[in-house]
Amino acid sequence: MKNKGTLRTVLSYISRHKFLLICLVLFSVAFSLLALYIPIIIGDAIDLAVEKGRVDFDGIKTLLFKVLFVTGLTALFQWLVSIIGNRITFSVVRDIRQEAFDNLVKLPLSYIDSHKHGDIVSRIIADAGQFADGLIMGFTQLFTGVVTILGTIVFMVQINYKIALIVVLLTPLSLFVASFIAKNTHSMFKKQSETRGEMTGVIDEMVSGQKIVRAFGYEERAQKKFDEVNSCLEKHSLRAIFFSSLTNPSTRFVNSVVYAFVGGFGAFVVIGGAMTVGGLSCFLSYAGQYTKPFNEISGVVTELQNSLACAARVFEFINTPPETEDATLTLTSPEGSVDFKEVDFSYNKNTKLIEDFNLSVAPGQRVAIVGPTGCGKTTLINLIMRFYDVDDGEITVDGKNTKSITRHNLRSNFGMVLQDTWIKKGSVAENIAMGKPDATRDEIINAAKASHAHNFIKKLPKGYDTIISETEGGLSQGQRQLLCISRVMLTLPPMLILDEATSSIDTRTEKKIQDAFAKLMEGKTSFIVAHRLSTIREADVILVMRDGKVIEAGSHSELIAKNGFYTELYNSQSAVV
Amino acid sequence: MKRLIKYLSAYKKEAVLGPLFKLFEALLELFVPLVIAEMINQGIGAGEAGKGTVIKLMLLLVALGVAGLIFSVTAQFFAAKASVGFVTRIRSALFSHIQKLSYTKLDTVGTSTLITRMTSDVNQVQTGMNLALRLLLRSPFVVFGAMIMAFTIDAKISLIFLAMIVVLSIVVFGVMLITMPLHKKVQARLDSLTHSTKENLGGARVIRAFCKEEEETDSFKTKNYTYAKSESFVGKISALTNPVTFIVVNASLTVLIWSGAVRVDVGGLTQGEVVALYNYMSQILVELVKLANLIVTISKSLACASRIGDVLDIPAASFEGEEYTGDGSVEFKNVSFKYEGAGDTSLKNISFFAKSGETVGVIGGTGDGKSTLVNLIPAFYPATEGEVLVGGRNVCEYSMTSLRSHIGIVPQKAVLFSGTIRENMLWGNENATDDEIIEALEIAQAKDFVTAKDGVLDYFIEQGGKNLSGGQRQRLTIARAIVSKPRILILDDSSSALDYLTDLNLRRALAKLSCTLFIVSQRASSVMNSDNIIVLEDGEAVGQGKHADLLENCTAYREIYETQFTGEEGVR
Repeated sequence: MKNKGTLRTVLSYISRHKFLLICLVLFSVAFSLLALYIPIIIGDAIDLAVEKGRVDFDGIKTLLFKVLFVTGLTALFQWLVSIIGNRITFSVVRDIRQEAFDNLVKLPLSYIDSHKHGDIVSRIIADAGQFADGLIMGFTQLFTGVVTILGTIVFMVQINYKIALIVVLLTPLSLFVASFIAKNTHSMFKKQSETRGEMTGVIDEMVSGQKIVRAFGYEERAQKKFDEVNSCLEKHSLRAIFFSSLTNPSTRFVNSVVYAFVGGFGAFVVIGGAMTVGGLSCFLSYAGQYTKPFNEISGVVTELQNSLACAARVFEFINTPPETEDATLTLTSPEGSVDFKEVDFSYNKNTKLIEDFNLSVAPGQRVAIVGPTGCGKTTLINLIMRFYDVDDGEITVDGKNTKSITRHNLRSNFGMVLQDTWIKKGSVAENIAMGKPDATRDEIINAAKASHAHNFIKKLPKGYDTIISETEGGLSQGQRQLLCISRVMLTLPPMLILDEATSSIDTRTEKKIQDAFAKLMEGKTSFIVAHRLSTIREADVILVMRDGKVIEAGSHSELIAKNGFYTELYNSQSAVV
Repeated sequence: MKRLIKYLSAYKKEAVLGPLFKLFEALLELFVPLVIAEMINQGIGAGEAGKGTVIKLMLLLVALGVAGLIFSVTAQFFAAKASVGFVTRIRSALFSHIQKLSYTKLDTVGTSTLITRMTSDVNQVQTGMNLALRLLLRSPFVVFGAMIMAFTIDAKISLIFLAMIVVLSIVVFGVMLITMPLHKKVQARLDSLTHSTKENLGGARVIRAFCKEEEETDSFKTKNYTYAKSESFVGKISALTNPVTFIVVNASLTVLIWSGAVRVDVGGLTQGEVVALYNYMSQILVELVKLANLIVTISKSLACASRIGDVLDIPAASFEGEEYTGDGSVEFKNVSFKYEGAGDTSLKNISFFAKSGETVGVIGGTGDGKSTLVNLIPAFYPATEGEVLVGGRNVCEYSMTSLRSHIGIVPQKAVLFSGTIRENMLWGNENATDDEIIEALEIAQAKDFVTAKDGVLDYFIEQGGKNLSGGQRQRLTIARAIVSKPRILILDDSSSALDYLTDLNLRRALAKLSCTLFIVSQRASSVMNSDNIIVLEDGEAVGQGKHADLLENCTAYREIYETQFTGEEGVR
């Protein structure tokens, strides 16, 4: 049932290329029929060379020219079939990949956060590729196979219907054998791909964490662990590959039996005078040609099944509902008041996180949020930016419910720097200009200077044109944070969110950056999440959070005077061993 | 491929027997046209009397089929065994080679491409090898066999076969030579698609915060279209193989029939023999078509094999050396260090001596070389200039395994592995008891949250430690280093995710350990009680000494201190 749905979807993609598809079918038919016609001409030619002195050279010459002509046409059609098949396949797969990616950037973050990235990547890349392989095979072999079978039957019946009957009755045996083997090897293949997945997991972990492996002298144990899975995979692969590879010899055996019978009965018929020797040779070559597509089709069917399963995984991803956008409101240079009204939120319905949360931030206020790990600081930011939507209650900016503001507009009004820095593969300049692609080099350099990133960038091998990525470029965590801050310094957003944005930056540099931020944020609303209390001391309001609730609020001196949880946190920072 | 072929040596027997049995099978197939010719000449030629011969020969054909089945099944088995064993060994060798690459190489090559090479490239090689063992030799056998058989019928006419095979070899290998580098390019383009996808998953928040969804989609689109185009281009070239083969074979056929007819006319050949020659030619055609398709797969596999070979060719770092038996003293003598390809040195002329059991604080700004400094102690990177001595000897003289087993390092980024908490704790010391683990967890301030987990030490950590908070991960990585009871313990800014209270308790507990302790931090409070504090600025040690001295003599240190302890609230 599921396969049927997938097939329908695949067909809908393919049918976008109607014209090519019609050409493909027509050319396949032409190719197959012409290929079948050649043995007939050759058989006729052989019949013209009976014995010494009885050879009709003129007749043979005409026939052979015919062979050459038909061969040329056949080859042309064959080439066209391949090319068109290729073209349709790659277009279809390209479109599918594109749609998958289009959906990826629209999916709710809850989906991205809760699914293994490796699995999504493998759907978009590996599964789509596997699907392409199957589709190409289908295009080039399925049509020609079917046409060849039908065509040979017709030709054979014309030559001698009795022998033709033998072939028609016996050959499906090979199909039966093939499907029997396919059925029984399916579980072995499944086992193989499971073990493969397991191994990819080990490789992913051990290679990505290779530095830790070294540090702990874990190499031998890692190797042992790997070799265990590896030999397990060897066992499963061997079984799957060996048993599935029995298909070909078995079907070939069936075919050679068919061939023997055709030869034998054919000889009888010739002796009986109902057929010529040339006819027999032609017939035998048909018998060979007729059985071949059966082998191929059985192969294609297995391959197609496999590729449909892969396609289904991609479609499943494409069909994951994206975030819908029905808001229309946009804010231009908002005042910057932010209110939380009776907000309830939890990532998981079973464990409450934020309940009945109220907060009112006046325009231009600097709000700092502190509290132990897991108290919900980052969650508040997820909600303000609408990475997640509130379960109940509302968040307003300038008195407008954030749900009524388009996500793009809402987000572009906030500058955000997160603890988990993210670098896109590209030059340093491109990374800084992320929020303002048309920024001039001077603007970029000024932003980098404001965030004190200019000094280290200058020293990179190619300065602002050095290519960096998540894994390349050898930047330290702190340098990455400086780059992320430069991005915000360049866009000058009306409101600012800093989530542990300076945790890896030394306090001296941080102090300087804060001065820059202070200038930047003058009169603008900002939210700062931090552990380091020196970072937040200057804030207008400090919210102390614990278990999803604000337990203390006030300015630094007010909170210290309270001598509560904040004071405890603060003192621990200055205490000495 | 040359570089990989040695991994087949353990499967010599299989690699020879597989194709050999294929050869037997192919030989049997070659007899088929002979039997048919016999049937036509003896059976049909004898008229009614030949019927018995026809039946006998028909049974012979069936017998040939049975024998062929047995041979080919045997061949399949050996081929499967050899190819699967072959890649199993390659994979193992690759894994072990990656574990021997220097840090510098790991940095430059990048882990994501190593992972694709170990998985999808290796799989493609397996497919190619298996097909090659089964079919690559079979087809030439049949082709040459058919040719030899043709020669026994009529040597002169069979020269046509020879000419045809030469032409075809040129075509097939030409296509292979052209497509192989193209396949490699296609594969590299696929790598970039993978990279984009991964990047977009990891950076989902930032991309959305900057509203870059459309641009990302466009950039993916460009890559996606280029990839599809290049794949389709290779496809077009590969697609030429079949039609060209078809033309060459059929052209030869016409020549064959014409010359055959001439020979028949002078009585040099019988009609049956012409049929037999024709059959051989058809057989050759079938095999060549198979071969051509095979070549497409094999060129792809060869491209993958060369990607694997490239990794194996990266010279491995040496791990050999003396056993580390000395104490926990660490000395840097005029050490400078520069990362490969970097524009500037990261460390300049650093010298210090730490006695066994001392605590050394390393403090400095972002990118000033703090991590680089401690990474030189376990010889993750070799010093570019000067000497790093541990236990009185240059670190490069030690066996890396021995040296590292006595150094506990807690990296900046808290990496844990999927498995139970216990399994993660046993990384540094396989034989640690539960009591020892609990003790280490207690020092690392992790005991409380670990005992609160279901199953305590048996609590399962998911890949990358996803199911733990950042602070919990950091504390576990600290505990993991303590379990190994190292002589030297290095904390590379590894308490950044801890709140100050926990950090304080941690430092108090660590102070009780007897090992040499390196604390890298940006918090003055973390290092101020060290026996020696090294203040780094731009890769240079701008100050060294105890807290009180530095406060007086080192401007950089004083500034750091003051930004963190501004006096107004009267803390110290």
